[in-house]
Amino acid sequence: MNLVTSIKMAIRNILGNKMRSFLTMLGIIIGVSSVIALLAIGQGSSKSVSDSVNSLGTNLITVTITNTDTHFTMDNLNQVSQATGVKSVAPVLSGRSTLRNGSTSSQVSVTGTTSGYQSIRNLTVKEGRFVSALDEKFRQKVVVLGSDLATTLFENQSPINKTVLIDGERYTVVGVLNSKGGSMGQSSDDAAFLPFSTAQRLMKTTYLTQFYAQAENQNSVNWAMAGISRVMSQTYSDSDDYSVVNQQDVMDAMSSVTGTMTMLLAGIAGISLIVGGIGIMNIMLVSVTERTREIGIRKAIGARRRDIMLQFLLEAAVLSMLGGLCGVGIGIAASELYASIVGGTVVYSISVMASAFLFSAVVGIVFGVFPAYKASKLNPIEALRTE
Amino acid sequence: MTEAMITMSKIEKTYQSGDNVVHALNKIDLTIEAGAFVSIVGPSGSGKSTLMNMIGCLDKPDSGQYMLGGSHIDKLKDRELAEIRNHKIGFIFQNFNLLGKLTAAENVELPLLYRGVKTKERHARALECLSMVGLAERARHQPNQLSGGQQQRVAIARALAGEPQILLADEPTGALDSKTSEEIMNLLIKLNQNGRTIILITHDLNVARKAKRTVSIRDGKLQEGEHI
Repeated sequence: MNLVTSIKMAIRNILGNKMRSFLTMLGIIIGVSSVIALLAIGQGSSKSVSDSVNSLGTNLITVTITNTDTHFTMDNLNQVSQATGVKSVAPVLSGRSTLRNGSTSSQVSVTGTTSGYQSIRNLTVKEGRFVSALDEKFRQKVVVLGSDLATTLFENQSPINKTVLIDGERYTVVGVLNSKGGSMGQSSDDAAFLPFSTAQRLMKTTYLTQFYAQAENQNSVNWAMAGISRVMSQTYSDSDDYSVVNQQDVMDAMSSVTGTMTMLLAGIAGISLIVGGIGIMNIMLVSVTERTREIGIRKAIGARRRDIMLQFLLEAAVLSMLGGLCGVGIGIAASELYASIVGGTVVYSISVMASAFLFSAVVGIVFGVFPAYKASKLNPIEALRTE
Repeated sequence: MTEAMITMSKIEKTYQSGDNVVHALNKIDLTIEAGAFVSIVGPSGSGKSTLMNMIGCLDKPDSGQYMLGGSHIDKLKDRELAEIRNHKIGFIFQNFNLLGKLTAAENVELPLLYRGVKTKERHARALECLSMVGLAERARHQPNQLSGGQQQRVAIARALAGEPQILLADEPTGALDSKTSEEIMNLLIKLNQNGRTIILITHDLNVARKAKRTVSIRDGKLQEGEHI
């Protein structure tokens, strides 16, 4: 029997019972569209995270000190900077303060650091300069603004050499950074940077809880991390008191989380596809019973068992593939809706769409086999006798 | 002497009905020549339907031999039987048995579809058969848009489409009024005159008498002539 004719016949049978066909396909539609939408959103967010992690540079090492009983000072930091493989270090003293220019004010993260921070964090200056060693030495009340913060406080005017109030004290703006985008909740665009010594006074603290280090190159990252750990262990006996993390570790952790998420989502979607397949099987069984007489007629006319089998199998397959196609469409529409409402990035992958669609087709065929087999086994004499 | 189209010898078929064994067909011997017009008459429960299913290759005998146009039907597998039905037999049923979702032409095309005939050729052949029964202009109608007589004529066109050696009509006028019955019978007579072998199964003697030869079946046994 001609395949094209059989497919046309299957489509006609499906269209002949629109409501029922639609309800049967619904399981597959929901399954496929949820796979596509969830993965598009998931991959989109993991891409934006990994982009921002990458923008920090891969030879960046972050050291966080969790033990606050033993204070970590600039002297300790100088020792770290001597460790093998370490190119430079920059302390991070962070807090939140209110910056005010006239009547506009903004509460932002304020980071006290040294001049090395700029190259370690890959920051570029749009206007003016970054904090310098001289500022640091003389505890200058100067501030460098992130690009968004500069716009908030000064609108279109150049803030260079103007002053802002930080917690009531006057600081001179010496530079504005280029926009860099967010990185894991910490955007340099909406932050202010002070000389480390000035920040110590502002935040009334003398010790460090975090600093950045830069390895000489990408290959020496592990070496540098070992060196840093060795220096740290001279101050802290317990290795739980501090953590030394490089960007690759962060990326790996992130991708293992997204990998697990993806597996979970695919699993849930797979289950709903299988449930959809059971729906198809159910309807096909009903259809076989309803069309017993038709099967009898076809057999009397000369249809072989495999002709009948093919007819019902094709119907199940077409039904599920139609559902799969609708699912792909609805999945894309849902992702676009999400992107436009929430504003997140969505990433489509052809392979996900193709495999979701193929899986729906396979589900249809697998769950169509039993009803089709049942139809093909019908005895034509009895089938013809059915009313 | 014309060649034998159908040769049945000592065909037996039994059914288990509760505790009783029913001999639906009891050592039937039947020979039908090519070009014959035979009616098989019998009351209900006589084994008539079983015989028809047997001739139509829908059923296989428990024992005995059945030759149809040179093939040993009793020795064939299901798949081969389907092919025999497709190529050698044209069924005409009491209640037409057209597929309601297909048009008249598509119904007529069905036997060719299972033979793998190309679309164009199928369309042409379907129209040809429909015009043979005088329904060419109704090709695109669905069965429920046609009268009973017209539906039966579509069914006859379908039976003719595959150029079978035998037309097997099971009570073809059973669901029709006397005037349309007459038309259908005349159509069958005409087809027989054009050389087709026709086997007619009926309980209606008036219909049976239109055939050239009548055999009777009662309690699974066959007799020449009318014996009701």
